[in-house]
Amino acid sequence: MYKSLLLLVSIHCCLLVSAQDMTGLVMKVKAKLDQVNDYEADGRMKTDVSFIKAPIGKVKVYFKKPNKFRLKKDGGISLLPKGGVSVNMNSVFAATDFVALSAGETVIDGTKTRIVKLLPSNENSDIVLTTLYIDETNLLIKKSVTTTRENGTYEIALSYGQFASYGLPDKVVFSFNTKNYKLPKGITLEFDDEKPVSEAEKLKNKKGRVEITYTNYVINKGVSDTVFK
Amino acid sequence: MWTLIQIELFKIFRRPRTYIAFAAITGLIGIIQFGLKLDGAAYIDFMMRDINSSITVEGKILNGYQVCYISLQVLLVHVPLLIALVAADMISGEANMGTLRIMLTKPISRTRFLLAKFLAATAYTFLLLVWLAILALLLNMLIFGTDDLFLLKSDYVVLLKKDDIFWRYIWAFAFAMLAMTTVASLGFLFSLFAENSIGPIVATMSVIIFFTILSTLNIPVFNKLKPFLFTTHMIGWKEFFDIKVNDANEAIVGSIQNPQKIITSALVLMAHIVGFVTAAVVIFKRKDVLS
Amino acid sequence: MEPIVKVTGLTKSFKHITAVQDLSFSVNEGDVYGFLGQNGAGKSTTIRMLATLIRPTQGSIEIFGRPLLTNRNEILRQVGAVIEKPDVYKYLSAYENLELFARLSGVKVSREKLMQQLDKVGLSHRAKDTVKTFSQGMKQRLGIAIALVHDPKLIILDEPTNGLDPQGIADIRNLVLHLSRDLKKTVIVSSHLLNEIEQVASRVLIIDKGRKIIEGNAADLFDPAQTIVELQTFDNVYAIQQLQLSAWSKHLQPQRDTAILIRLDRQQIPQLHRDLVDMDIQLLSLQPRHSLEDYFLQVTSGNQHVDTYSN
Repeated sequence: MYKSLLLLVSIHCCLLVSAQDMTGLVMKVKAKLDQVNDYEADGRMKTDVSFIKAPIGKVKVYFKKPNKFRLKKDGGISLLPKGGVSVNMNSVFAATDFVALSAGETVIDGTKTRIVKLLPSNENSDIVLTTLYIDETNLLIKKSVTTTRENGTYEIALSYGQFASYGLPDKVVFSFNTKNYKLPKGITLEFDDEKPVSEAEKLKNKKGRVEITYTNYVINKGVSDTVFK
Repeated sequence: MWTLIQIELFKIFRRPRTYIAFAAITGLIGIIQFGLKLDGAAYIDFMMRDINSSITVEGKILNGYQVCYISLQVLLVHVPLLIALVAADMISGEANMGTLRIMLTKPISRTRFLLAKFLAATAYTFLLLVWLAILALLLNMLIFGTDDLFLLKSDYVVLLKKDDIFWRYIWAFAFAMLAMTTVASLGFLFSLFAENSIGPIVATMSVIIFFTILSTLNIPVFNKLKPFLFTTHMIGWKEFFDIKVNDANEAIVGSIQNPQKIITSALVLMAHIVGFVTAAVVIFKRKDVLS
Repeated sequence: MEPIVKVTGLTKSFKHITAVQDLSFSVNEGDVYGFLGQNGAGKSTTIRMLATLIRPTQGSIEIFGRPLLTNRNEILRQVGAVIEKPDVYKYLSAYENLELFARLSGVKVSREKLMQQLDKVGLSHRAKDTVKTFSQGMKQRLGIAIALVHDPKLIILDEPTNGLDPQGIADIRNLVLHLSRDLKKTVIVSSHLLNEIEQVASRVLIIDKGRKIIEGNAADLFDPAQTIVELQTFDNVYAIQQLQLSAWSKHLQPQRDTAILIRLDRQQIPQLHRDLVDMDIQLLSLQPRHSLEDYFLQVTSGNQHVDTYSN
């Protein structure tokens, strides 16, 4: 389904817009992000995966150029999607080697965005394709969809507020596919009956979301390397 | 009555057999602690292998709360056997020693005698669980520290916040007390029918093992039976570690997913206790002591 | 005088056997009541019914003038019993056992009193040792100390000399006499040995196969001049009727199986014979038993030989 959609979009692009090189736009966005050498921020993280029951947790996020990123929970346990580091946008641009193509325009949350397809030149790159939805006037990435070899496809939606000038989002919603989760009752030592069908169906919803709402960005005040270890 | 209970407790705690259970629990918890302290990471990796394919779990999974949960999961299946060791011996042991004769020629009604013995067995069960709580919860909290509790259930995983756990354990132990008292009352009932301790102990253990197997087997034919087996309800303590989520799939701190289920299980267990003890009293009152 | 124990029509049936059948007797204050019978005669079952360990199928037991079943606790407060082996808690010391059972009997006894009690049975030097280490005789003495610790009026000793050596047997005998003579207690003591009972009992009850054979004062029963005559007749009902109307009625003993028993002086036998003929009782046999011991041995050994009387 997804593939055919992609194909459809590609065909659409080719026919109507004719592939435009978007490297310039991407470099502009990258330059905006490059103002930030490092930051740390507090955040509230909500994990919304059908088979995970977790409370909202407080997290601390650290970033340092070029692509050091770390999400920390104070002493607690955090559940992150596999390859969860990608919550950070900078990693998208970490590789300088890519081809950026326009794939039209669309409206996200009332903002007109340009769809840009980033294709890494490196054949061995884990990322196969990244689609960015860029707000051209503010040079902000509103959404990105990344297809990887190892960790499936994930989507990041970003909303901006106070720190839009640095290209730093207030809220990041990371959506990803999850595999089915099921352990035999013999292992978990549960004796109860099977769940009712409706409830079981609910648990099969395979789209997972992790939502982080940021507060208190501290930008370019220096972050010790030790936090990334 | 209080004198009677005191005397019964005095007898229980003067017998070497009583301490087998305490020693066994200490040993088992010790082994779990030692093993997890030494090789906990490997155990956690093994535990997490199913979830790790799509989710990365970061943090100190192996903390005191987790070790306590693991310990209880393993032990609460076996503690009933230790309780049977004492409870199923309460009457049969005295019949075997011959002391039942003297006891019952004393000016104490049989009902009071039996209830005192049962209460003493309950007190023993309580102390055993307190000991278990000290070792499995408090000691593990000291050794492994406290942190969030990450639990794998059959259909989902649960993450409980550090400060939303301790009260659940208190309730879990209270529920376990009810479950273990059920075992004690069953053993107690069986102990009326024999003049040696082995028979009732083995009978109690057999019933528990048999029922537990039926409860564990996930075969449709047996599933209909499950709600009627007290062993199914004995693991109700786990329900305290399941949390409710709101519409946005956020866990609601301080909530329990299925309080009704706990209440039902507790009522079923209580009904068993009352049933077993009443049966014991009725039978014992009419029983001829021939030992 | 109101008897201390009054048993009326006591019957106990188990699934396949009737252990005690229609047993009546009474024990008076101050009696040493000897309860004699072979093993399996129903002594133990009767004694257990007295101690409320077994529920009678039929009949009533009154102790201290009150029905036992409805006044169990008040009555048992005044009763001390050693039923069969004096089993106590082996993992407790003699002192602990004694204290424990004193409390169960509803009395608070001081440490000195408990030690005195142990001293009386010669165990004060072993008070702190666990009973595990005791000999059979020591256990028996401890059992008796336990039975006496709450100063009961009635003491029931079931086969107290079982498994004891001659010295132990003598000790028990002296103790029973001491309880009766010096402490004025009423004692029920059972045994399968006649001479044991003979030496201590003031009254004796002999039972066999759950039925009363004979009950009476030991002085009379053990009188060598007294004898028991067993009659077999064509019509026992008629014979008893006639005998009850005659002067022999006070000699008549409870019937056993098909035999009518009459207690009399040896010299009276010819007179009895003549009277039976006069009363038109059709006699099949008349067997004299030479002494109580002989009689006891014969009825309880189960192989009675018929020995037709000839003058």
